[in-house]
Amino acid sequence: MKLAQSTLVAVAFATLFGGINACKPKSAGTAVSGNAAEKVYVPPGKYDEFYNFVSGGFSGQLSVYGLPSGRLLRVIPVFSLDPEKGWGFSEETKPMLNSSHGFVPWDDLHHVNMSQTDGEIDGRWVFVNGNNTPRIARVDLKTFRTAEILELPNTGGNHSSPFITENTEYVVAGTRFSVPPDNSNGDVPINTYKQNFKGNVTFVSVNKDDGNMEIAFQIETPGVNFDLSHAGKGPSHGWFFFSTYNTEGANTLLEVNASKNDKDFIMAVNWKKAEEYLKAGKGKKVPVRYAHNKFDEETHTASSEILKEVTVLDSRELEGLCYFIPCPKSPHGCDVDPTGEYIVGSGKLAALIPVFSFTKMIKAIEAKDFEGTYGNIPVIKYESALHGEVQKPGLGPLHTEFDGKGNAITSMFVSSELVKWNIKDLQVVDRVPTYYSVGHLMIPGGDSRKPDAKYVVAYNKITKDRYLPTGPELSQSAQLFDISGDKMQLILDFPTIGEPHYAQAVRAEKVRDNSVKIFKIEDNKNPYVTKGENETKVVREGNKVHVYMTAIRSHLTPDNIEGVRLGDEVYFHVTNLEQDWDVPHGFAVKGADNGELLIMPGETTTLKWVPDRVGIFPFYCTDFCSALHQEMQGYIRISPAGSKVPLSFSTGTNLPDVDVPAGQ
Amino acid sequence: MKKLIVTSIIAFSIYACSNPGSENKDGSSQSKVNKELTADGNPSYDPKRGEGKFENIELPATLDVAMAQSGKQIYEVKCASCHKLSDERLVGPGWKGVSTKHKPEWIMNFITNPDAMIDQDPELQAQLEICLVRMPDQNLSDDDARHLLEFMRQNDGVQ
Repeated sequence: MKLAQSTLVAVAFATLFGGINACKPKSAGTAVSGNAAEKVYVPPGKYDEFYNFVSGGFSGQLSVYGLPSGRLLRVIPVFSLDPEKGWGFSEETKPMLNSSHGFVPWDDLHHVNMSQTDGEIDGRWVFVNGNNTPRIARVDLKTFRTAEILELPNTGGNHSSPFITENTEYVVAGTRFSVPPDNSNGDVPINTYKQNFKGNVTFVSVNKDDGNMEIAFQIETPGVNFDLSHAGKGPSHGWFFFSTYNTEGANTLLEVNASKNDKDFIMAVNWKKAEEYLKAGKGKKVPVRYAHNKFDEETHTASSEILKEVTVLDSRELEGLCYFIPCPKSPHGCDVDPTGEYIVGSGKLAALIPVFSFTKMIKAIEAKDFEGTYGNIPVIKYESALHGEVQKPGLGPLHTEFDGKGNAITSMFVSSELVKWNIKDLQVVDRVPTYYSVGHLMIPGGDSRKPDAKYVVAYNKITKDRYLPTGPELSQSAQLFDISGDKMQLILDFPTIGEPHYAQAVRAEKVRDNSVKIFKIEDNKNPYVTKGENETKVVREGNKVHVYMTAIRSHLTPDNIEGVRLGDEVYFHVTNLEQDWDVPHGFAVKGADNGELLIMPGETTTLKWVPDRVGIFPFYCTDFCSALHQEMQGYIRISPAGSKVPLSFSTGTNLPDVDVPAGQ
Repeated sequence: MKKLIVTSIIAFSIYACSNPGSENKDGSSQSKVNKELTADGNPSYDPKRGEGKFENIELPATLDVAMAQSGKQIYEVKCASCHKLSDERLVGPGWKGVSTKHKPEWIMNFITNPDAMIDQDPELQAQLEICLVRMPDQNLSDDDARHLLEFMRQNDGVQ
């Protein structure tokens, strides 16, 4: 009885203390409420609810996290070399990084958009854009590997990308930096921007069966910077909306010179109209050069093709193709709500959020309710297209996602907060601080017709003191909020790689069950495949030596190779004979100015090695595979140029000693 | 008072659960633990049949040559790296005599369901202590398994 009493007292104390604590102003440390741990806890051996595909920013890669745990599940190499996985190092993957500029080993991966069917995320592919050397990549969610990379001509930097239409008919690109078109004389003074520099948006068609991308058409526009974009949906399907800035046409000190106009534009593109013009032959075929790279899952080999022509539609000549809607102060986000009726422009320098109405926009176009033209394109009167403005939402609105319950959540970079507001009456209903300076935000399905609004994640630009210090450079900081109730509730911080721009998330079951576990060895069509140890061999073709090698727990065959000479190029074609999930083998050889190979079960991958000296070089399996992994090794002997040592190879046999002694 | 009891129960359970773990510090004792479990814990395991989808495989007295030929091809791609056709051990034991030593359903269950069998079968656990490499699941179809068995029979002299 005494015990019960003292327990009661303790409980009362705890409540009191908790109560006092809760009244204190919320600092970075105390913004989390009591049951947060429970909400993000995924017990050992259990799966997360959502896959979260997060842009890796200047790492050039795409990262995959589980939600709500924030656990890193995988980093998928896309635009940048990844020696860990041999991406861009193996002969099979090198063509993926080819471009009209040659082999480009890095890019700045900005945004993520998942394929949709009927306006809903279907879990088939993830599209991402490269901002520096303008490209779009498609990641296949059966293998979680990059399946295709398409370069974009007439484009200075692909930023307002890779947003898609509601049935993945198109994925778009838009140039962030207007430049003179590729086939014009680019050797012009930079200060002739207004005269010689052009904008461009690209519509890339996506084959609905295999995902194959092709440039369907480009639209040349006046020289502005395109920032972000989103497709219409439902009633606005057939339209695409792009935010623009630098409508001032500045070519220097854009920080000041591109921030002068009170309003820039959202460009509305009628892509159904574009299809009609294309059919009517109104497109102009323009000579250009751009790379199209594809990874074939049967040969496990990439190919790269340089294409030489693109069809361009001129927005200034083709009536009804493009319209400009004035939008305050250098808009960043350009987001369409789940009903398809409302278009939210987030003017990053504005103190309000304008919300446009698709119905009103169409009426204004029909009534020719224009305030003039810009570069020969009609500019719709601001008020005519406006549904209304969210007043005083915060500072620096950047990007908006939707909860499907009539609300929008906008990230505020300058005032470092998430702000939830009602789309119909434009009233702010909740706000919550982020740590620090949020850029993009993400609700699972939050840009689709069917948001799954259990969580919102803030991808912050500044980390500072959120984690243990690691010198001047810190990982990036994401924050997970529970939005199932009326109030947004911070429940987790987790670090992310690179700089996450946009991200997307989908219920795990839409992706999980399609995940490939192995590649069937029977179906391997790599020209250098070795199907079984009795097919292993070493073949000399001039100074090229091809090693057809197999790997299985726990030996490489052949593991003794002789008769290779200085001046030879050695190609190790390693086939992993395993047929069980999660049994990759690695391969590395001493002194290789190259990465390793990481070979999935049933796959063949090739490492090129040019020996630089005479001697014995060990090679071994780099990925711990079994109790005898440490024994999974071999030797290759390199003899001087012109040596008479015969080509030989073996495993498990010591060849008869017919050689001359060392040193002779 | 109730609270105290609950706490004690929880504490005891944690202690009880952590016990086997403390005896199993290195990977090599794993098989011993499993063996004990098999002996006490799973009397339903049939060491003659093994565990898997195959119950009673009726074999004809004579060899199906086409089947054996197909089995040989599968052997060369998926098995030969570790198993010789003689009785000599490479990574795993040689195949000589395997088709007479084991019932056909045991062989077909093992090669299609190796992980579950290695965890339970006394003979396979003894074998693991010698070979130290768990036989990989080579993702064989039912037909593949039957064809391999036929090839093993051919290797053991069935005509």
